[in-house]
Amino acid sequence: MNRRFSWFNATSLTIGFAFLYLPIVILIVYSFNASRLVTVWGGFSLEWYRSIWSNEQLLGALRTSLGVALVSAAIATVLGTLAALALVRYGRFVGRTLFTGMVYAPLVMPEVITGLSLLLLFVSLGVDRGFWTVALSHTTFTLCFVAVVVQARLVGFDRSLEEAAMDLGATPMKTFFAVTLPLITPSILAGFLLAFTLSLDDVVIASFVTGPGTATLPIEIFGRARRGVSPEINALCTILVGLVTVVVILASLVTKRSAMARAT
Amino acid sequence: MTAAAEGRKRDTLAIGAVRRNFAPWADPAAVPLIRFEKVTKRFGEATAVEDLSLDIYEREFFCLLGPSGCGKTTLMRILAGFEEPTSGRVTLAGRDLIGVPPYRRPANMMFQSYALFPHMSVEKNIAFGLEQEKLPKGEIAARVAEMLRLVQLEPFARRRPDQLSGGQRQRVALARALAKRPKVLLLDEPLDALDKKLREETQFELMDLQVKLGMTFLVVTHDQEEAMTMADRIAVMDRGRIVQVATPGEIYEQPATRYVAEFIGDVNILEGRIGQGEGGRWHIAAPEAPRGLLVDGGGDGVAPGRQVAVALRPEKLRLLQDEPAPGTPNVLAGEVWDIGYLGDWTIYLVKLASGRTIRVSRANATRFVERPITWEDKVFVTFAPEAGVILTR
Repeated sequence: MNRRFSWFNATSLTIGFAFLYLPIVILIVYSFNASRLVTVWGGFSLEWYRSIWSNEQLLGALRTSLGVALVSAAIATVLGTLAALALVRYGRFVGRTLFTGMVYAPLVMPEVITGLSLLLLFVSLGVDRGFWTVALSHTTFTLCFVAVVVQARLVGFDRSLEEAAMDLGATPMKTFFAVTLPLITPSILAGFLLAFTLSLDDVVIASFVTGPGTATLPIEIFGRARRGVSPEINALCTILVGLVTVVVILASLVTKRSAMARAT
Repeated sequence: MTAAAEGRKRDTLAIGAVRRNFAPWADPAAVPLIRFEKVTKRFGEATAVEDLSLDIYEREFFCLLGPSGCGKTTLMRILAGFEEPTSGRVTLAGRDLIGVPPYRRPANMMFQSYALFPHMSVEKNIAFGLEQEKLPKGEIAARVAEMLRLVQLEPFARRRPDQLSGGQRQRVALARALAKRPKVLLLDEPLDALDKKLREETQFELMDLQVKLGMTFLVVTHDQEEAMTMADRIAVMDRGRIVQVATPGEIYEQPATRYVAEFIGDVNILEGRIGQGEGGRWHIAAPEAPRGLLVDGGGDGVAPGRQVAVALRPEKLRLLQDEPAPGTPNVLAGEVWDIGYLGDWTIYLVKLASGRTIRVSRANATRFVERPITWEDKVFVTFAPEAGVILTR
């Protein structure tokens, strides 16, 4: 086999990556544009980043987004981990398959439907829409991602480790906190980071269930872009891309490290 | 020799080699440490252990031996508390164990996979059980140090399990299970993951350790050599039941059933029908031995007319090139089919006229052989009456 990098491979790789990343690269490049016109390059400048910093509305949206992401990811991590434990551990209970399916269904459910149904729920309950409705809605759809990640780790978990702990005198509670939890922590952490980025990215569900004055960053960007793309939005998006990238890299590092620890 | 004199002579003989002067099971006054009473365990439709009763005594090195799926591991897990029996009673030192969770039982287990906690150092692993007892810190440290010394792992105290070799991990698992000084140590296939040479060394280490600590060991294994080497007594299991409980010597030389005879070591089985009795021996008509067989008396159920099997160990057979004198029983005529030279032993496979192959092993006591037996030689396999065991089951 010819292992050299042929021109064909190089071309397909270039085209593939261009498809994936060219739009984002353009966005990032133009966020440093000195010109107010989006399509004309007027030299390098950090002006738009400075103007975000003084734009209270945008900063507020950023704070809301981070808050929602943090709260919903935290709740989703706890609930998702418990769901994964129940699914893997408590073996053959009645309706296990149905329950498994129901935990995974939101993964493929169209977001519009999730958003609409949550909106109907909040309206019928008479809940004021705002920060907490968004946070709760994000919890419902990120929970299943956490469950999937944690479940994958639990399936490969050697049960004799827990038996050994109990054999040595640890109660089931103590066994969970001294043995099970430390060993599945990497997957829980990865699940948390995944839930965090998913919440940070979401426009559709948030736009259904948010109330006045609590726009998340993606909603704010979406709203502004409809009024015309400004370099300020480019800068904002660049920040968002950076944030998500950092979290995703962190998540993959966490899972990779635990996979390596398992392999030895 | 009269039959009475013969009997007296045999009283002074022991079956199998004498191991050590330790046989509480032969003492009717001895109280067993562990008692399984009519224990049955079912998993849905499948029965893993069936109506099993077994006594194990203090300081005994006891082996549960059998092929995979015979219920030996289930029996051990019942004792450890990971499985509850469907019916029956289990007591340890007089205490009823049914309903007692594993973390309140005075037994510790060494797992087949070792089950070392990968996120803890060697010393943390060993200390884990002691910490659950809420012992003072100083005492825990002292006990951990003692255990590390016992298994010669002092330089590795701060290593993590993934930085150790297989043999070292096995010793950490052993030290961890021993640290709480349990009334009984359960070992599930303890040497299975080690290579052959290390396994042999470790067998003797385990035996020394057991004597030194004066502890009761219960080992589950499918390896008959391992069980024979280490155990004071062996329980041979088959499909959830115990077939025979005896010392290794008795198991080998006086198997209770055909299953035991075939599971432990190599054996030749000849079928026949019991004829006349003669001074504690029986004449047996076997189609493969035209001159008939004469074998030492078996146990219960041996009576004229009964169809039986005669078990013959390969090393107790003799291989002759010249036909034995007429009238001698226990002669099988055949042809050398195959020869396996093992250095210390040579294995001959002799094909009888019936097509059955008889396995004969011969110690190579001398370096030179005057008339070597070779392929396709006509040979005669003979044996003494006490070499055979009559099996009715």
